[in-house]
Amino acid sequence: MADLLIQGLHKYYGNNHVVKGIDLSIPAGEFTVLVGQSGCGKSTLLRTIAGLEYADQGSLSIAGQRVNDMPPRDRDIAMVFQNYALYPYMTVFDNIAFGLRARKTPAADIPGKVQRAADMLAISHLLERYPRQLSGGQLQRVAIGRAVVRDARLYLFDEPLSNLDAQLRDEMRGEIKRLHQELGKTMIYVTHDQIEAMTLADRIVLMREGQIEQQGAPLELFEHPRTRYVAGFLGSPSMNFIPAVLHSDSQGLNAQIVPGLSLRLPPGRFGHLQSQTGMAVELGIRPEHMRKQASEHEDIARINVDIELVQPTGSRTFVEFKLGATATVAELLARDVHRSGERLALEIDMNRVIVIDPASGLVIANGATV
Amino acid sequence: MNRVPLSSRISLGLRFCAAVLITLAFLFPVYWLAMNSFKTADEIYASPPVWWPAALQWSNYLVLFKDGDAVSVFNSLVVASVSTVLAMSIGTLCAYSLARYKTGGDDLSNWIISQRMVPPIAVVFPIFLLYVFLGWVDTYIGMILLYTAFNLPYVIWMMRGYIQDIPRSLEEAALVDGCTPWEVFYKVVLPMCKGGLFATAIFAFIFAWNEFLFALVLTRTEVTTYTVQVTHYFGGQSNFWTKIAAMSVLGTLPVFIAVVFMQRYLVRGISLGAVKG
Repeated sequence: MADLLIQGLHKYYGNNHVVKGIDLSIPAGEFTVLVGQSGCGKSTLLRTIAGLEYADQGSLSIAGQRVNDMPPRDRDIAMVFQNYALYPYMTVFDNIAFGLRARKTPAADIPGKVQRAADMLAISHLLERYPRQLSGGQLQRVAIGRAVVRDARLYLFDEPLSNLDAQLRDEMRGEIKRLHQELGKTMIYVTHDQIEAMTLADRIVLMREGQIEQQGAPLELFEHPRTRYVAGFLGSPSMNFIPAVLHSDSQGLNAQIVPGLSLRLPPGRFGHLQSQTGMAVELGIRPEHMRKQASEHEDIARINVDIELVQPTGSRTFVEFKLGATATVAELLARDVHRSGERLALEIDMNRVIVIDPASGLVIANGATV
Repeated sequence: MNRVPLSSRISLGLRFCAAVLITLAFLFPVYWLAMNSFKTADEIYASPPVWWPAALQWSNYLVLFKDGDAVSVFNSLVVASVSTVLAMSIGTLCAYSLARYKTGGDDLSNWIISQRMVPPIAVVFPIFLLYVFLGWVDTYIGMILLYTAFNLPYVIWMMRGYIQDIPRSLEEAALVDGCTPWEVFYKVVLPMCKGGLFATAIFAFIFAWNEFLFALVLTRTEVTTYTVQVTHYFGGQSNFWTKIAAMSVLGTLPVFIAVVFMQRYLVRGISLGAVKG
């Protein structure tokens, strides 16, 4: 049974239509990540689930019970806030115990539960301290501790890592994933960071302008995006979008970027576009699907490019060049490229290329799964 | 030891002297008041002035207690304390409502603070007539309600600012954790603005403590406050300076003690209100 069922949910702030008809069903025990740019309504959706905002339209059910008119305290949820929301006048112990006390947990049970949560998050040695004496990472652990100490049905995370520096963020991300595996609880996590979404989620719900653009398992969204937006949102560096025109000749279907520069589209995957000759499209090419020419595979397109910018990251190097008139990024092995200004022969794995109808933004031919 | 340049040593010395002079200037009236309360009438009028009385005249104070005049300090204490507690209780709730539930929009809060701008003299006689009608002249309840009403706009305005500075997520976390809105108020909001509560309460108390105009018009003999009592010693023929001084010292002490003990909150409360965040 779905732990959380949302049907036709709308939310307005005055005249501002923030959430525009969300339908979402989240099974018990799943880790769902709501991801999207700021202002897409993901936080509002989470706050509405928590009961901190009122749903203007639609219904919200937790464990089969309609909760639209239920105050937050009766919804059996626990929430972690972006800015930790710890009470500065209480010790870490009291902060973690706050929810237990508010719910009239027998006093004798509280120390044990707090200790267990603290052990799980490795903050046992901080229990007597005050929040002002803690570092950012420790504060976030306490905030998570305050949520997991309760045996709630639903755990909500509102961008919990966005106040932390990069290294701490990676560490805490792992911690949260481990917690989910240990507790097996239903968790809903809001972030604008696509890496957090990809690494944490059982399922990503990608939101755009108050609506769900696409939802599914992380790799499903990554490899089979339904729209240009999804394709561009996931992946770092993000996908290249190259304007092209479909052309047929005796050898099959081509995407012509500029006269004299065409990429052959493998018939197996793109055959259904044969009739669309003359159509203006965009090719979606991920940086990692280009490499230095090496193979003789038939579904490979070969191009010669002048490297304009080189950004080494260690084992991989990002290079920027013009494909037709479009600035394009490819991710190559560090040893394959040396400096900007270099002329390089690249190959594009055409089986992984997606084709987008620029008018609708829809993906009309998807790449292969690997 | 570090060598400090001569110029900055001179500048430091000058600033120090200026600070001492200013402090002396401000402390002098306090000193003079305290000294006068221990002098004989002759010493007060003596020229050149007597800086230190020959013998401390405790009788100046004793007579106030013997005649029952000192009761006026007690009256002030009752009226100021009770009205402060009332104004703080009601005002903080109102402030919370304005800050978090946007009760009445911006207009209501602006209207409330505008009440503070009414010149008291403009309303003193209508209120006197009303009080005669209600039978509240010269009663505790009359004075307490009046000072409560006068302090409310100030309390609401100040507390609204302190409450707005509390991160909203603290209250939301408490709601999710299982608190009712009332529990959020007294478990989260009140502890979070403790400094502001004390600072505002002290100012509200001092207002009620020092209020003179309404006390003069609305009290007779039963609940005379100390500010009015002091004026009784100004006579057509002569002024009883020893009594005036002793009574003024008695009237200053409670506020002085309160401020000494709550200085910590006072400074923090004021700086909290001034600097957001």
